[in-house]
Amino acid sequence: MAPTGAFLARRVGGLLGTMFVASFVVFGALYLAPGSPLSFLTQGRSVTPEAIAQLEAQYHLDQPFFMQYLIWLGGVFKGDLGSSIIFGDSVSNLLSQRIGNTALLLLVAAVLVLLVGLFAGLKPGVFSESVMVAATAAMAVPGFVAAVVLMLVFAVQLGWFPSYGMGDGGFDSIWHLTLPAVALAITSIAFVARLTQNAIRSEMRADHVQTAISRGLPYRFIVQRHVIRNAAMPVLTAAGLTVAGLIAGSVIIEQIFQLGGLGQFLIDSVQKKDFPVVQAICLIYVATFIVLNTLIDIAYTLLDPRVSLGKKAS
Amino acid sequence: MTTTSIVTQAPSKKMRPRLSFISGIGLTGQISFWVIIAVALIAAVGPYIVPADPNAVDLEYAYYPPSQWFWLGTDASGRDIFSRLIVGSRTALLGPLAVVAMATVLGTVLGLVAVWFGGWVDALIVRVIDAIFAFPGILVAILATALFGAGLPAATIALSIAYTPYIARIVRSAALRERNLPYISALQVQGRHGFAISARHILPNVSGLIVANATLCFGLALIDLAALSFIGFGVQPPTADWGAMVGGGMSGILQGEPLEAIAASVLIVITVAAVNTLGARLVQRSESRA
Repeated sequence: MAPTGAFLARRVGGLLGTMFVASFVVFGALYLAPGSPLSFLTQGRSVTPEAIAQLEAQYHLDQPFFMQYLIWLGGVFKGDLGSSIIFGDSVSNLLSQRIGNTALLLLVAAVLVLLVGLFAGLKPGVFSESVMVAATAAMAVPGFVAAVVLMLVFAVQLGWFPSYGMGDGGFDSIWHLTLPAVALAITSIAFVARLTQNAIRSEMRADHVQTAISRGLPYRFIVQRHVIRNAAMPVLTAAGLTVAGLIAGSVIIEQIFQLGGLGQFLIDSVQKKDFPVVQAICLIYVATFIVLNTLIDIAYTLLDPRVSLGKKAS
Repeated sequence: MTTTSIVTQAPSKKMRPRLSFISGIGLTGQISFWVIIAVALIAAVGPYIVPADPNAVDLEYAYYPPSQWFWLGTDASGRDIFSRLIVGSRTALLGPLAVVAMATVLGTVLGLVAVWFGGWVDALIVRVIDAIFAFPGILVAILATALFGAGLPAATIALSIAYTPYIARIVRSAALRERNLPYISALQVQGRHGFAISARHILPNVSGLIVANATLCFGLALIDLAALSFIGFGVQPPTADWGAMVGGGMSGILQGEPLEAIAASVLIVITVAAVNTLGARLVQRSESRA
């Protein structure tokens, strides 16, 4: 097999292996809970015999444990995530109404991270020192603290932005999402800015760049031609991983701004002890995270000719 | 002859100053270190000398402004914010400390075992680490809350499992470099047991890096635990906690009484900034010494 094909096969194999373990953990969590699975699912609620029969059928509790997992996994592949204990509706239905809000929030935040983070990191000169100081400070600000402060200043006191909700779509939604996206992105922006600047600095010290400087080539030309090209790949990879990391932070941010996405639904379902929904959302988050990570890893290895295919890029 | 001996001795004396924990981390690192010591002291003795009972509810004094009785005013239930901040420093520090302690021990053992045995043991450990790595800490903690109910113990254990891969990866890659050095082969030839070599020779040589990264994990764990308490999944009321106070202060923010949320936020940010700076300096130091 061609080295590229073998590399892709190995990465996809690793992806499937990790997915398998992760889904097993999400499913097996049901058996970690105290008490029998059935009593855990019903949580002391008074439930009708039909509802119990329905739960037993949904989780195939009459089957051995590993069979239950395989049947559940088979259902997941067909888009069947079971049905909610609270709403009675199918989980995939409930999630499809909410997944758009989460995706939009993540998209806006990701654009912010890449635009602002990379731009702030690329700025040379005196400005860069202040960017570094600001970035170090911003990295100590948890997303929820940023959200609270932004809400206080821009929603409550200045009234420029709404303090909760998703709006009516289009620009109204973007307007509603501004504060949440900034709060979600702030730590990652700082991280990407610092990373970019460090990469540029270490690239500037490289021999071929020093040679170019001593030959008197214009600074702009050197940066564009020699520095950015070499610094870009590792920076973009790390930035991509950071964007994947936004998924976890979005749960808290959605709850604060009441955005009605998957994250808020997850917290809601934990409070209402609606375990099938919790399971499904955890699975979606983890699967998205794994797929994004693998895609970034593959892209990095294929696009950068200096990374040899045999070795794992670390 | 005398000149050569001076030349060979002088740098070695200069190269080895007192190697205390806080040497070689620069001014910002040292300031951060003392800030952390100060917060730890407040957490240790503060609760015995607070001006008011942190849990005394008095609705007549709700949102009382800062005064000689209530230095930072009161919250929605009339409880003294200053006293609650002091008492809350305990959960703010002890939670992350427990997370980092468990994750560091577990991660170090996994990393050393993987490196020493290599082969399929290494492959298995790497695969498990990768799988855990796919679960963000907050998500593991939320899943644990769904299973065992809200509270600090479930969140702490969940986060320590989620943080183990960070430490394990770093220990593994550092120990791998160490493993290929000649002194390890020399010890092996002398018939030393693998456990003894790992524990008495490899571990001390990677310990600087472990401490540095454990410090960075402390900052992350503090943020995660505060976020969990903020949404009500961590520390339970009426126990005072910084994250929970930001959450409790949310209603105050919408009513124009932001003092509780802001004060707790400031303490979180200062502590995390100090921990992050110290951690970054320690990483720098251990890398420059390696």
